[in-house]
Amino acid sequence: MSNQQVAHIEAKGLNVGYGNEVVVADINFALSPGEAFALIGTNGSGKSTLLKTIVGLQPPSGGHLSVFGRPPGNNHRRIAYLGQFHHHGFVLPIRAVDVVRMGRFPLHGLFQPMGPHDEEIVQAAMRTMGVDKLADMPLRSMSGGQQQRTYLAQVLAHQADLLVLDEPSTGLDAGGRELYLHAINDELCRGASVIMATHDIQDEAALCHQVMLLARKVVAVGAPGVVMTPEALLETFGIVVTGEQKMHVLECRHGHDVEGIPDPDQKLH
Amino acid sequence: MDWLIAPFSNNSFMVQALIAGILVSIACAVAGTFVILRGLAFIGDALGHGVLPGIAVAILAGFSGIIGAAIGAAVMIGGITLITQRSRLSSDTAIGLLFVGMLSLGVIIVSRSNSFSGDLTRILFGEILGISLQSIIIQLIATIVILAIAIICSRPFLLLSFDPEQAEVAGYKVKIYHNLMLLMIAITVIVSFQTVGTLLVFGLLIAPAGSGALLARRIEAMMAWAAFFGAFSMYSGLLISYHFNLAAGAAIIIVAIAIFFIVFIVQNIRQRRNVRTEASAHV
Repeated sequence: MSNQQVAHIEAKGLNVGYGNEVVVADINFALSPGEAFALIGTNGSGKSTLLKTIVGLQPPSGGHLSVFGRPPGNNHRRIAYLGQFHHHGFVLPIRAVDVVRMGRFPLHGLFQPMGPHDEEIVQAAMRTMGVDKLADMPLRSMSGGQQQRTYLAQVLAHQADLLVLDEPSTGLDAGGRELYLHAINDELCRGASVIMATHDIQDEAALCHQVMLLARKVVAVGAPGVVMTPEALLETFGIVVTGEQKMHVLECRHGHDVEGIPDPDQKLH
Repeated sequence: MDWLIAPFSNNSFMVQALIAGILVSIACAVAGTFVILRGLAFIGDALGHGVLPGIAVAILAGFSGIIGAAIGAAVMIGGITLITQRSRLSSDTAIGLLFVGMLSLGVIIVSRSNSFSGDLTRILFGEILGISLQSIIIQLIATIVILAIAIICSRPFLLLSFDPEQAEVAGYKVKIYHNLMLLMIAITVIVSFQTVGTLLVFGLLIAPAGSGALLARRIEAMMAWAAFFGAFSMYSGLLISYHFNLAAGAAIIIVAIAIFFIVFIVQNIRQRRNVRTEASAHV
């Protein structure tokens, strides 16, 4: 079997959690090359825990998980990860271009020097996310949206086979979201796979071949048009949310948003 | 002009002190940069004080204070690691426990020995004006080792300062590089205590690097600024100490802290001016 035919991620009866506490049990899915997968759920539903398990930051609590046919945490060169939070605060003196260059580090280890080819990729990634003109700007002087675009450019600069993104569109303005959606589509077109955690049941889910609705359990998995039913969305968002948010989901049941849920066969590419 | 140069041209002990000071400034600039970026100030401070019993025992037993400081630092880091790994306590709690425990042990050892007051003063406040050639050579080797660690680990250290989770996913084992960073800080403290003493070495770790953090746009620039401010503090402190007959270690640290506040004030004034200029440009 060629490498292209091997599933990038395969989970069978997977449990994820922290220590003895299982956050989500019995997860089953496979992600193939060129496909996108969305994890949808409220805060605390287990999205980030699953993503951290996939990239090897958390050991699986049980079941089977393979990433590129191996246990997680063994594919540093092939995985680009965007976490939900960055820990540097505002003290780190670093320019936007330096942040994006870090995306090339996994391919070069400790010593291998970066060359003009790497620099071209870094510049292209910054252009893709519209931050090329801010290359020399200190990260701490950028707005939240500009910083998020820079982090996304870092992920793109890796040119990884698997992109693992935790709420990647947080803080992006309309222009930034548009650039981001096109960039992800381009990544899928070149054969990379993408798994993302999101609250966005429209644009980001529309890009994905499969979605998983999470509410500290797997509510549903499958093509977005099939599984994102009003009932499933209510179960996903209705468990730990306020009355106002429930109203929003109930509106989806009767409003135009349900009609906006995409046809699984209509992809951007 | 003579006032600025003569103390060094007429006294070899002043030249030796300046050389030792510059070496320590470079080591502190590199280690201090990561102390600030990784939020390791508490462990840096604790290491400075926690090496006291090791040095005291070394002096009592008649061997090098540097070896004693190294043993003290190893006990500190080992103890902190043990407590954080084998309990649910945070590293801050572990550092605090070891820090106070080691300091108390140091005081007990000192208080039980006779005629230790002169040695204690040297340990606490340094003896930069009496630094030996052997100590300078050790400081040179330590500075080279610290620079080598920082250069070899520049990528993982940058990622670690940016986001430890990303460093781990990128294939750089966070535990290994975090411990290497602690080792670098420990080496710096161990070879620096002879210049400004265990009480004040922490100031040399964070004041120049803190000034550098206010000015720099890149980590390399932050280190360069820190080394410059550290070396300038050494020179100025030694000069002030010579002319006004003040304790050299304390004079050096006072200059380093004064530089930080000058940079801080100037930066704030500049930022306010920039905001005003931008506001008037929009009117």
